[in-house]
Amino acid sequence: MLAAVLVIFLAAAIAPTLHRLLPAFSHWLLALVPAGVTVWFAQFLGPVSGGETVLQVVPWVPALGVELAFRLDGLSLLFALLVTGIGTFITAYAGGYLHGHEHQGRFYLFLLAFMGSMLGLVLADDVISLFVFWELTSVTSFLLIGFNHEDGRSRRSAVQALVVTSLGGLALLAGLVLMGLVGEGWRLTAMEASGIDFRAHALYLPILVLILLGAFTKSAQVPFHFWLPNAMDAPTPVSAYLHSATMVKAGVYLVARLNPTLGGTEVWTYTLAAFGTVTAVWGGLMALRSTDLKKVLAYTTLMALGTLTMLVGLGTEYALKGFAVFLLAHSLYKGALFMGAGAVDHGTGTRDVNQLSGLWPKMRLTGLFILLASLSMAGLPPFFGFLGKELMYEGMLEAGSTGTFVLVGMVLANATMLGAAGLVFVKPFLGKPSQAAEHAHEGSPSLWIGPAVLASLGLAFGLFGSLPAPLMGAVTSAVAGTAKTVDLHLWHGLTPALGLSAVTVALGAALFLGLRGVTAALGGLARASRVNFDAAWDHVLAGVDALARAVTNLLQAGRLSRYMLLTIAVMFALPGITLLLRGGFAMPKAEGWAEPLGWFLCFLMLLGTFGAMLATSRLAAVTALSISGLAVALFFLAYSAPDVGITQLMVETLTVIIIVLVLAKLPKFGPSERTDAATRLVKLVVAVAAGGVTTAILLSVTAQPLSPHLSDYFAAASYVEAYGRNVVNVIIVDFRGFDTLGEITVVAMAGLGVLALLKARNAPKPEEDAAAPRLDPGKPMTGEAD
Amino acid sequence: MHSLILRTGTRLLLALMVLFSLFILWRGHNEPGGGFIGGLIAAVAYSLVALSFGVAEMRRMLPADPKTILGAGLALAIVSGLFAVVGQGGLLADPYMASRWYISYTETGEKGFAIGTPVLFDIGVYLVVIGGILAMVRGLMEEL
Repeated sequence: MLAAVLVIFLAAAIAPTLHRLLPAFSHWLLALVPAGVTVWFAQFLGPVSGGETVLQVVPWVPALGVELAFRLDGLSLLFALLVTGIGTFITAYAGGYLHGHEHQGRFYLFLLAFMGSMLGLVLADDVISLFVFWELTSVTSFLLIGFNHEDGRSRRSAVQALVVTSLGGLALLAGLVLMGLVGEGWRLTAMEASGIDFRAHALYLPILVLILLGAFTKSAQVPFHFWLPNAMDAPTPVSAYLHSATMVKAGVYLVARLNPTLGGTEVWTYTLAAFGTVTAVWGGLMALRSTDLKKVLAYTTLMALGTLTMLVGLGTEYALKGFAVFLLAHSLYKGALFMGAGAVDHGTGTRDVNQLSGLWPKMRLTGLFILLASLSMAGLPPFFGFLGKELMYEGMLEAGSTGTFVLVGMVLANATMLGAAGLVFVKPFLGKPSQAAEHAHEGSPSLWIGPAVLASLGLAFGLFGSLPAPLMGAVTSAVAGTAKTVDLHLWHGLTPALGLSAVTVALGAALFLGLRGVTAALGGLARASRVNFDAAWDHVLAGVDALARAVTNLLQAGRLSRYMLLTIAVMFALPGITLLLRGGFAMPKAEGWAEPLGWFLCFLMLLGTFGAMLATSRLAAVTALSISGLAVALFFLAYSAPDVGITQLMVETLTVIIIVLVLAKLPKFGPSERTDAATRLVKLVVAVAAGGVTTAILLSVTAQPLSPHLSDYFAAASYVEAYGRNVVNVIIVDFRGFDTLGEITVVAMAGLGVLALLKARNAPKPEEDAAAPRLDPGKPMTGEAD
Repeated sequence: MHSLILRTGTRLLLALMVLFSLFILWRGHNEPGGGFIGGLIAAVAYSLVALSFGVAEMRRMLPADPKTILGAGLALAIVSGLFAVVGQGGLLADPYMASRWYISYTETGEKGFAIGTPVLFDIGVYLVVIGGILAMVRGLMEEL
């Protein structure tokens, strides 16, 4: 399984080069990679449907017990097949859709990298690797959504998706680490098998909240849903892939995956059912209000994600069966619809349903596949979507009172799907041909082959329910944690679920026929409620910006004296406060206090310091300071540290040389440098405090008996092991050589840094705007109150 | 700066100081000294040239640009640590920067000439210090 993931990443790495060499065939060649991986995974269909689980473990960070562990059970296999199978068609589709785009090779790179990450995510059995793949999908999807990076809206949407999902990602990481602590290991299979009761643990609630934050942001549950419709700024292959079958389902995958360990409690059921139902209804209603084909589909995706979350929450046998079937059904029809919508856009130049009409004669193939997929979305027999909806209703009826609570919402949500199906097929394809339909034309095979296969599968699985049934059983077993089997039949008698389906269809038809009124009512509702998540996002972002600016202005005033003041204040406040709080101050024994040489050198240092303070010219100040520096050097020489003494002497000399170089160019040391009394008082306090803290620390340190351990070791080992009699130098170049390597790197960086700063100062200034290093949030969306 | 005294002094001092800095570098392993101090002394010597004769003259007297010297020194220091990793004892037998020595013994068994990777490392330090400081000096004189 590791090989399968790596092969896709490898394909991503060579994609741009391959595209440069063979621009006409690259998409077909690249599509062979996920196709091969799909076939490879398909061989596991038999064993996994039979209840087997395949495991693969590769040591990764053995010191921390982190492994690269993969697990293939029903749930992983279904997702793996979706990721690679739909990925195959998307890769081919992207070749047709982006034909001639200058960054097509780059697009394949991003797309395949995303595919590899997503595949890793659904296969990972180790929570750490799961998290790493999870974040990789966030990063790669950021690149994909922002693919048209010259468009401000794309950039804004990409940043929005990244920030929302990675905020959730941070919460998820915390939740997974807590889970690992409770479960005494990082492996999910081990946690499931260990018999540890997570639900009774004191950390259950924190774990649940953190993990659900991750899942809800990723799967765009209300109130984190707003990034998903905005992400439709991405090229259509991205929407068809990420926002139908893969990335947004990662959150759903996660809750399903953790259902055996964390699920089944009241908090779990109510949280998931409530958030899921609200998201489903919201998504369905918003879909009816939208006029952009892709937006319609994005909102119906919200509905599907909400439904799936709700079904895991209910957790009854039929609900989980419904989860499995609806998951597959949705991926099939949504992938087909997105690709179909892209083909319409490609053929007519617009995705606005108000401008599209009567496309049927011009785009029969695309129209046919959109029709098949919409019927599945509408949940009409004999399509696979119908089976999903029936099982869903069975599950809700089975769940008793909780089920009744969501039942009303779900009937409405499913009805809106019927309306949305009308929006994506009836409106654009039937009726009198509109202006946009005049030049409509069918695209290349790569544009319709994906929808063809996916939509036909939606019909085939509905007609021959025994085909997908074994895998659906394995998925249900994986989510439930116990073995289950699924039988799929179109007809199973006059049941209450069938009755609910009939109500749904009637309601849906009414919604579509009265669409104008419904849209107006919804618009009025949206205006009245004044809930606009997208605008709220802008406010939050502006607030963060303002805070950052305020902090930056406070800390980085652009004056050297301010930087010094802050740095010194912080540097000495922390140890000073610690010294006070811990009561660590101690006076050393009064030995050697009466040494005249020491006192004389101290006097010299003080002389230099006061001289510098009272100096009226810079040159005088520098000279006075160097008196202090030389006195320090003498100190080292007098107390047998000749190496340090010579170094100090040289540094003093160089300091004077460098200051002299700068001095000549500085403005006069005049009244402008004289500050008011208050500022001087602050500086005085900081200076005295810094000196005091240093003195206190040095006194306390020397009060301790000096451990001879290290110095004895170095003195003894210096000649024997390192062939050097100068212990100081042997420490620098040998015993602690690695430290020195770090230090000389700093010296090198400082030298280059000074050079770069000076050069930048004299470089010709570029345009003011272009130079401003500022994240452009782009233009906020207008119109649609979300 | 057109100071006759400084120019004359520098002329005499430059060679002496550079030689002295090499001497300090070499003897550092057994007596006070070493790459850091040696590098500082050499940097002072060349800074004196820059002050008295101008930065162009300093550049002419240096074997390479300060940035190049700096990079070469850093590279040398990094490479010196690799001897332990790829040398005798097989690949990765010793940690990075473990020292390696070549020591010749006289016929009577007395220790003679000895050289090891720490010396290379120290030369790297010497060059980085010279390069780093002279890069600053040059930058200040040329760009300010």
